[in-house]
Amino acid sequence: MPDLLIELFSEEIPARMQRRASEDLRKLMTDGLVEAGLTYRSAGAFATPRRLVLHIEDLLGASPTLREERKGPKVGAPEKAIEGFCRGAGVAIADLEARETPKGAVYFATVTTPGRPAAEIVADVLDKTIRNFPWPKSMRWGAGTLRWVRPLHSVLCILTDDAGEASVVPFEIEGIVAGNETRGHRFMAPDAFSVGSFADYTAKLKAAKVVLDPAERAEHIRADASNQAFAAGLEVVEDAGLLAEVAGLVEWPVVLVGEIGADFLDLPPEVLQTSMKEHQKFFSLRDPKSGQITRFATVANIETPDGGATILAGNQKVLSARLSDAKFFWENDLRTVEREGLQAMAAPLENVTFHNKLGSQGARIARIAALAEEIAPGVGADPAQARLAAEIAKADLSSEMVYEFPELQGIMGRYYAMKAGLAQPVADAARDHYAPLGPSDDVPVEPVSVAVALADKIDLLTGFWAIDEKPTGSKDPFALRRAALGVIRIVLSNGLRLPLGAQFDAQLARHEGAGEGLAADLLGFVHDRLKVHLRDEGLRHDVIDACLEMEGGDDLASVVARARALGAFVETEEGTNLVQGFRRANNILAQAEAKDGVEYSFGADAKYAEADEERALFNDLEAKGPEIAAAAKAERYGDAMAGMAALRAPIDAFFETVQINAESEIVRRNRLNLLGQIRRICGTVADLTRLEG
Amino acid sequence: MSDKPTSFQEIILRLQTYWAAKGCAVLQPYDMEVGAGTFHPATTLRALGGKAWAAAYVQPSRRPTDGRYGENPNRLQHYYQYQVIIKPSPPDLQALYLGSLEAIGIDMATHDIRFVEDDWESPTLGAWGLGWEVWCDGMEVSQFTYFQQVGGHDCHPVSGELTYGLERLAMYVLGVDHVMEMPFNAPDAPIPLRYGDVFRQTEEEYSRWNFDVADTAVLLKHFEEAEAECAAILDQEAVDPKTGKRIIMAHPAYDQCIKASHIFNLLDARGVISVTERQAYIGRVRALAKRCADAFVMTEAGGATGQDAA
Repeated sequence: MPDLLIELFSEEIPARMQRRASEDLRKLMTDGLVEAGLTYRSAGAFATPRRLVLHIEDLLGASPTLREERKGPKVGAPEKAIEGFCRGAGVAIADLEARETPKGAVYFATVTTPGRPAAEIVADVLDKTIRNFPWPKSMRWGAGTLRWVRPLHSVLCILTDDAGEASVVPFEIEGIVAGNETRGHRFMAPDAFSVGSFADYTAKLKAAKVVLDPAERAEHIRADASNQAFAAGLEVVEDAGLLAEVAGLVEWPVVLVGEIGADFLDLPPEVLQTSMKEHQKFFSLRDPKSGQITRFATVANIETPDGGATILAGNQKVLSARLSDAKFFWENDLRTVEREGLQAMAAPLENVTFHNKLGSQGARIARIAALAEEIAPGVGADPAQARLAAEIAKADLSSEMVYEFPELQGIMGRYYAMKAGLAQPVADAARDHYAPLGPSDDVPVEPVSVAVALADKIDLLTGFWAIDEKPTGSKDPFALRRAALGVIRIVLSNGLRLPLGAQFDAQLARHEGAGEGLAADLLGFVHDRLKVHLRDEGLRHDVIDACLEMEGGDDLASVVARARALGAFVETEEGTNLVQGFRRANNILAQAEAKDGVEYSFGADAKYAEADEERALFNDLEAKGPEIAAAAKAERYGDAMAGMAALRAPIDAFFETVQINAESEIVRRNRLNLLGQIRRICGTVADLTRLEG
Repeated sequence: MSDKPTSFQEIILRLQTYWAAKGCAVLQPYDMEVGAGTFHPATTLRALGGKAWAAAYVQPSRRPTDGRYGENPNRLQHYYQYQVIIKPSPPDLQALYLGSLEAIGIDMATHDIRFVEDDWESPTLGAWGLGWEVWCDGMEVSQFTYFQQVGGHDCHPVSGELTYGLERLAMYVLGVDHVMEMPFNAPDAPIPLRYGDVFRQTEEEYSRWNFDVADTAVLLKHFEEAEAECAAILDQEAVDPKTGKRIIMAHPAYDQCIKASHIFNLLDARGVISVTERQAYIGRVRALAKRCADAFVMTEAGGATGQDAA
């Protein structure tokens, strides 16, 4: 069976699009081929800056012939109807077959669709693929109408049979005729050459200074940079995103290591790293002992006679110009802080709009500071420090450095706060109060940072709730889901006992015109995020629901402690049986209460007990009830659940032998009240009626 | 021509010679203040319509906010761009471009040339295109764009546009660290002049005027006058009552659009335009550019056929 090789050769494809594009090429082509009846063994796709490549192994040489039976008109139907059916099916009247059916004799036609050779199908599918390619942005060029990411220059498309004979697939698109030729590296091997198979293609490309596989290019860069760094006693600051991007900018990676001018080594490492990455796409090399960044690695796309000396000198020069700018910003900012303090740096934020319905950044900072001060005692922070930290945490948004490099927000604030002589926890809060940004990002642990981080997020949530800009569906432009998850993770991982309801109320009061009932609605939103968060931990949503319904549902640590205990409990056999027993008791009660119009929650009296099992249950409830209540009160939910589990046997025995609906109304009510006691005791940790199944 | 140029002007002359040899009409700078070579009607307007076009020119460009009193090694409020525009974009435009780098002494065998994604958009011109910034050893030396839309019109055929930042490129080729130190004419000329001899004083003068002196009330008035004049020109009947000819005045109207755009830049440098107003001003200039583009495509140079013209 033949192998298929396709190369779409164009001008430089943006690095960020290459991976997705090779995947799209593979999917669109293989889907189209399979749909047309061509199955295959395996398919691999690759991208370089100038080519998208697909290799399919063991493709069927032709699609199978298809036979399909079609039911036509009745025998004796008008001639026109029969002719029309024949035309549609593409058969002659003589080829029709009359068959008896329960509804009488009917004509049948057998339609045969002959298989098509692979080359024909490949050409069709390739045409559709190119014309409908899902580039994030595409363009026209010259006088043509075809769209591609950048001008498309040539198409290589060959089928190679088992004997190794290659044939070009007849294909043309907008004047580009497919062939068996490609070109090597733009500068080192620009001449065209022909290829006969995928193995031949990759080997000749490599000889022509092109590494086809992006993973191979990335690995080469990683390994070479690490080796050169190691030789200099340094290590590469890892950056997977940058590595993938750089691997998409070169066909023949050549790693060059250069020096950072001595003038710039005093800049904070984050500044060096960000400037080099954003502007130059350099990797940072750091001294593993001091953490200082002292050199860089750049990746060229060419081997030169001077071993890259000219390239490195040029890159170093550009870097110096860039770092001069960074140093200029850094020194100006430090001067401002020294002369006027950090509050002065924050002052212009009064005039920066945060959101047109939520006022200025300055107003937002004032709200956050007020809340941070209130939260502080509950998280073990000094209220005055928390307030000060909140007031200066965003000052760097008006610094020159953050204007140039927005991603350094907070990081610069910390340096400037240290420069201003503020206490370390206050300075750290500038950097740490934004955290956690992603689900795997570390959460702040230092109490002052915790207070400011919570206040920051709660202000964001209550603010957008107050102006009714909640997330809907996939739309969450202000990242409110992330903020809610941040609150959850900070509370849980620090084990904070912080009822959120009161914080929401307090902060909503700081937003003008916030309506009623918003705190409860916002808590519901936080609960939804909590369910998602705990689901990742393997906790069932009904288990969480059962705990959310309890009093103190805004105390997330308590909710989670209950949910974990209940989650573990329902996994045991005892737990399952107890829940069943509870459910039985609850159902009987609910029916009786509906019928009698009363609530059976009075104390039952042991003296009306008749059966031994009934008496035993009385004894056990009396003995275990207070223990369970005490354990739940002390938040020893596991112990409380264990106590309930111990009730499982007496409850089961009770139901087995005792008839609730006794003839004596006194006995019946006493038994119902006994069930009421079970219901009350089982409800101390969670609302078990919420459990499913 | 792999020998190295020795002065700023030699680099310009070599680019002129190179693109002339490749068939471009070598035009002269447009005689108005513009922010970039793209504003020259030879690019903005000629990118529209179906007629083939090939031009190259130097365009003095002014960006008032970039003024640094002649002190910054790289930043100037007045600088030169070299602009090439070819419609339809030829299939070997990348190769032609690389040839121009060789012409000014950049040896492809020892340098690292890269095409790095950079899409171009001009909100004031209602224009955008896809392309790259071209890096030479990590430095951006040109912008390379395939125009997709100008003045709200789809470009058909597509123009290929190259923009070289001349000072930066020349500093790199000549190995100069401060722009003011760059030889303007040949260093062995009887009267050798450096870039600073020509421009240091003007950078100082304009920096002061741009940032602190320009009369904002007057500028605001000028802006509105240019806007009104542009509209008034385009509101005229197509047929000139005096000559009886059909004369759509796309270019005079576009001059007013250029004027408004530059005045906006000056106002911006004076710091009198707030963030919200900014968008509104850009929108006003874009509206003018669109009307000019609409008018240009109705003219002969804009590719209008006799039927359109009738």
